[in-house]
Amino acid sequence: MAVIQTTGSISPRRKIRESAGDRVFLSITYVLLSLILVAVLYPLIYIVSSSISSPQAVASGKVWLWPVDISFAGYKTVFSNDQILVGYGNSLFYTCCGTLISVILTVAIAYPLSKKTFFGRNVLMMFITFTFLFSGGLIPTYLVVKGLHLIDTRWALLLPNAIFVFQVIIARTFFKASIPEELNDAAEIDGCSDIRFLLSVVIPLSKPILAVLTLVYAVAQWNAFFDALIYLKSQHLYPLQLTLRSILIQNFSGGNMDASEQVKRQELAYLMKYSLIVVASLPVLILYPFIQRYFVQGMLIGSIKG
Amino acid sequence: MKAVSVQPQTETRERSTSKNYWKEAKKSLRKHWQLYLLVIPPVLFFILFKYLPMANAVLAFKNYQVTKGIWGSPWVGTKYFDMLFNNPQFWTLIKNTLFLSLYQLAATFPIPIILALLLNEVRSLRFKKAVQLITYAPFFISTVVMVSIIMIFLAPRLGLLNVILNAMGMESTNFLGDPTKFRSVYVWSEVWQTTGYSCVIYLAALAGVDPSLYEAAKVDGASRLQKIIHVDIPGILPAAVIILILSVGNIMSLGFEKVYLMQNPLNLQSSEIISTYVYKIGLLNANYSFATAVGLFNSVINLILLVAVNAVSRRISENSLW
Repeated sequence: MAVIQTTGSISPRRKIRESAGDRVFLSITYVLLSLILVAVLYPLIYIVSSSISSPQAVASGKVWLWPVDISFAGYKTVFSNDQILVGYGNSLFYTCCGTLISVILTVAIAYPLSKKTFFGRNVLMMFITFTFLFSGGLIPTYLVVKGLHLIDTRWALLLPNAIFVFQVIIARTFFKASIPEELNDAAEIDGCSDIRFLLSVVIPLSKPILAVLTLVYAVAQWNAFFDALIYLKSQHLYPLQLTLRSILIQNFSGGNMDASEQVKRQELAYLMKYSLIVVASLPVLILYPFIQRYFVQGMLIGSIKG
Repeated sequence: MKAVSVQPQTETRERSTSKNYWKEAKKSLRKHWQLYLLVIPPVLFFILFKYLPMANAVLAFKNYQVTKGIWGSPWVGTKYFDMLFNNPQFWTLIKNTLFLSLYQLAATFPIPIILALLLNEVRSLRFKKAVQLITYAPFFISTVVMVSIIMIFLAPRLGLLNVILNAMGMESTNFLGDPTKFRSVYVWSEVWQTTGYSCVIYLAALAGVDPSLYEAAKVDGASRLQKIIHVDIPGILPAAVIILILSVGNIMSLGFEKVYLMQNPLNLQSSEIISTYVYKIGLLNANYSFATAVGLFNSVINLILLVAVNAVSRRISENSLW
């Protein structure tokens, strides 16, 4: 970036020629934004670089920005850990199934709510938005899940938080704005039922909103941690985030390693944290360009008063 | 965010007479019976996982006995609330929750606005896009990974921040083991993670500002700074007010996950907040009734705050959620 020197003295010319003041202002803007950019980017680069450096280089603090003595030892350790692999598989399962359930349920409520001729939609809308404002709390919810015998089952991660109120509002706003009433009237005259109209006309016309819903729910499910913490007991059901917690935060390394190589083991355990962070974020990272686009889109739809 | 409102305008028409009301209901039911069927599973979801817990919150007034269930357990009136208010830890919890929340609000509310205003000045579209794409990314890091990143960077021995402090001749600090630093670590990592995300809404608002206002400002010879103050800021004010209402309404419901993961015996003094306390009392110590009372107290405060802030905002600025 071409940055004009700005420190301290604001030129007296500012009062005479405004463009000079503006130019100073603009350069300050660029400097600040560049600083923000570095502040956000640096930790991310540091972690990725460390993850592909050698255990010794990381443990002795030699990595500053770029990888030192490139090695994939950290990744090898990650992928040879059964606990992580099981968690990874579970998380993929929860993310796929949970997202499917959530998207279907959200569309099932949002579409009827978007129709003017659907009697009772205002009451139903209030019924839903109220849950946005008030909640029963942790223990009462836990007791419901327990009463339904969902504790320590996969359903406990798929059902209790299946619908986000905000996503219902976004989907409803989208349907309202992009499915013309005339289209529905025409279909009705042709004897098309509501369900068929939804499946063969509305859904194909609603790809952007379906993408928004899918990505929002998928990211939330992939990153979810709390429900697993309170509802799951069996380790073979644990999603990745719970495994991550025991390895990254509680410093519990699952695999059995040779005790004679104590130092090497510690170095490797330390390095593995970096690799694990990268591996755990990989699905989101790969999809990030889509995620960013559709999250922004969802937020913009949501901010329209509908 | 504004979409939370429920439109009342059609209601008045529908309710003109009760006879018409039922007629319309019947007609709609006959015409849209498939849609009414479709709505059943999601409605069931809300009843089971949202409204049933609300009903279960009566537990706060009962002495829960596993064998008798929630409804069969004996009433104890406000025993658990008395217990809560007389608990010496209560005020520490309130204080910790409020301080952390207000600190967070003070940082995470204005910073995205500043970022959006700065970005709006940038004329190079590529640079603007790059900054947006990169600052937005940390939002998608999971809480567990975020906390481990914090721990890695702030580690007493090898943590980068301490290495830098040492290089500058200062002593290492155990950031996570110090109750006085807990809040700052929490809040500034939150800023790092969410600023890019939160600024999107303001950028959208800025994009929607009437271009003729900029023209007028230019004709009047306004500098960039003057343009920001007189055109940009009024342009994003409605969005900012809505976000502020929502944030204030959520002041007592801080995210459990991050605080819980960042807790350790050394920083507990300032890191124990209401939600982590409810988790420990309720699920780890199985003291269901007391934990429900604490949670209910928290929910009610939240609701009151939200309604109050919304009312104040509606009176002074015409911006409100409903």
